[in-house]
Amino acid sequence: MNVTRGFAGRPRVRNDGLPPGQYDAGDDWPVLSAEVTPELAPAQWTFTVDGLVAEPRTWSWDEAHALPPSAYEGDIHCVTSWSKFGVRFGGVSLDAFLGPVRPAAETTHALAYSHTGYTTNLPLADLTGGRAWIVWEYGDGPLPAEHGGPARLLVPHLYFWKSAKWIAGIRLLDHDEPGFWEQNGYHHRGNPWEEQRYSGD
Amino acid sequence: MTETPTPPFPPTAPAPSTRFAVPGRIAVSDRTAATWQRATLTEVRRETPHASTFRFAVPRWEGHLPGQHLMLRLRAQDGYVAQRHYSIASPPDDTGHVELTLDHVDGGEVSGWFHTVAKPGDEVELRGPLSGFFAWPGDRPALLLGAGSGVVPLMSMVRHHRARKLSVPLRLLVSARGPEELIYASEYGPETTTVFTRSAPPGTPVGRVSAARVERLLADPPEGGWEAYVCGSNGFAEHASRLLVGAGQPVDRIRIERFG
Ligand SMILES: Cc1cc2nc3c(=O)[nH]c(=O)nc-3n(C[C@H](O)[C@H](O)[C@H](O)COP(=O)(O)OP(=O)(O)OC[C@H]3O[C@@H](n4cnc5c(N)ncnc54)[C@H](O)[C@@H]3O)c2cc1C
Repeated sequence: MNVTRGFAGRPRVRNDGLPPGQYDAGDDWPVLSAEVTPELAPAQWTFTVDGLVAEPRTWSWDEAHALPPSAYEGDIHCVTSWSKFGVRFGGVSLDAFLGPVRPAAETTHALAYSHTGYTTNLPLADLTGGRAWIVWEYGDGPLPAEHGGPARLLVPHLYFWKSAKWIAGIRLLDHDEPGFWEQNGYHHRGNPWEEQRYSGD
Repeated sequence: MTETPTPPFPPTAPAPSTRFAVPGRIAVSDRTAATWQRATLTEVRRETPHASTFRFAVPRWEGHLPGQHLMLRLRAQDGYVAQRHYSIASPPDDTGHVELTLDHVDGGEVSGWFHTVAKPGDEVELRGPLSGFFAWPGDRPALLLGAGSGVVPLMSMVRHHRARKLSVPLRLLVSARGPEELIYASEYGPETTTVFTRSAPPGTPVGRVSAARVERLLADPPEGGWEAYVCGSNGFAEHASRLLVGAGQPVDRIRIERFG
């Protein structure tokens, strides 16, 4: 790629936490969702794990909150090229939901879906082993509705479109099934460190 | 009485159907959209004191649907790369060219370069078109609501509607701070209602888009109803989409593009 005449970019400090092609959004937290922000009260929120499992199960808000709490502190990266450093989300590790349903041995992938109808696919390995959460707290407060409150999926090691807002459930599958943005040309996995933005990357 | 357990989903159960319909198929292959191509700036047109349109020759552009956006990147001498998304302002039939309209964001890295350095002959790189969701192939009645530079992808739709002399109903509501900030001011026709939020010519009311205004916009719906497209800042997108829902527009027929 050629140098753009007269473009220097803004003065920057080297930041090893910034994946390629990303910039530090600082205090900003852009909102990027294609749908209308739903008015979803915690009492109406449920989270279901089904598909290839021995015992499909649905948790209510209170039941989910009774699980052992787990927090994520670190960075998040959006495919629209902003990254946000040192954020804190509180909720429950996804392992705490996957354990009791007993996923079948042939499970390879999952499809996360939201209360609005949004879907996104993930390899199961990206959701287990303490790498994914259901979160309802941001900083010291509740997760704002426009950022997915009352609860969203959080998979911080992948681009943020994988972290489905207003999460309603996860369906375990023995194959990969593209979700909403993936059907719209986005990459199936979305690893920010490998710049997996669009299909073909 | 025995309890009937809910059977688990069979392994081949289809995905829960998404309530977002994907309009038309993007006319180009994903492979093309994944390829960076060189674009040469051929013309700069001032729209308002803070926004200009940048016209590019992109010889290998394979077309887009009105409403789609692209990814643009600039590279500094030391290898630093900045990339941003921009909606496409031009209609699909503008063969070999695309136009973008950029707001000059205070302290903005990319928009700053465009507004203070760029001149015809300069080269940048872009890839696209991206996202088939916020796109309108011209197939169904469309209600367009935009604010500030959020009008850019909507203008591509309006231009497409005109260029193809489509008869499918199209209505545009565009919000700007004041008349001098209104992008594409000379191009609007009877399909357009303008709303000024800070200053307006004498006799024109000033203020945010109101519920009454949106109700009037939704009045006399065409057969099959409207497909609504909302574009702008997140504040505007939240406000306008809530008004639409309040006025009876189904949530699954509202498509939103937020500029961050
Ligand atoms: C789908 C989509 C379509 C879009 N379409 C359009 C369009 O048609 N027209 C349009 O004008 N925009 C559009 N945008 C917005 C566009 O992508 C850019 O966000 C916008 O042009 C600003 O980029 P920038 O590089 O000029 O500003 P940035 O450099 O990203 O700065 C943005 C703000 O953050 C501040 N900032 C960020 N980092 C720093 C730092 N390190 N130091 C100091 N200040 C900082 C800046 O001062 C500024 O206020 C679109 C966005 C999306 C997601």
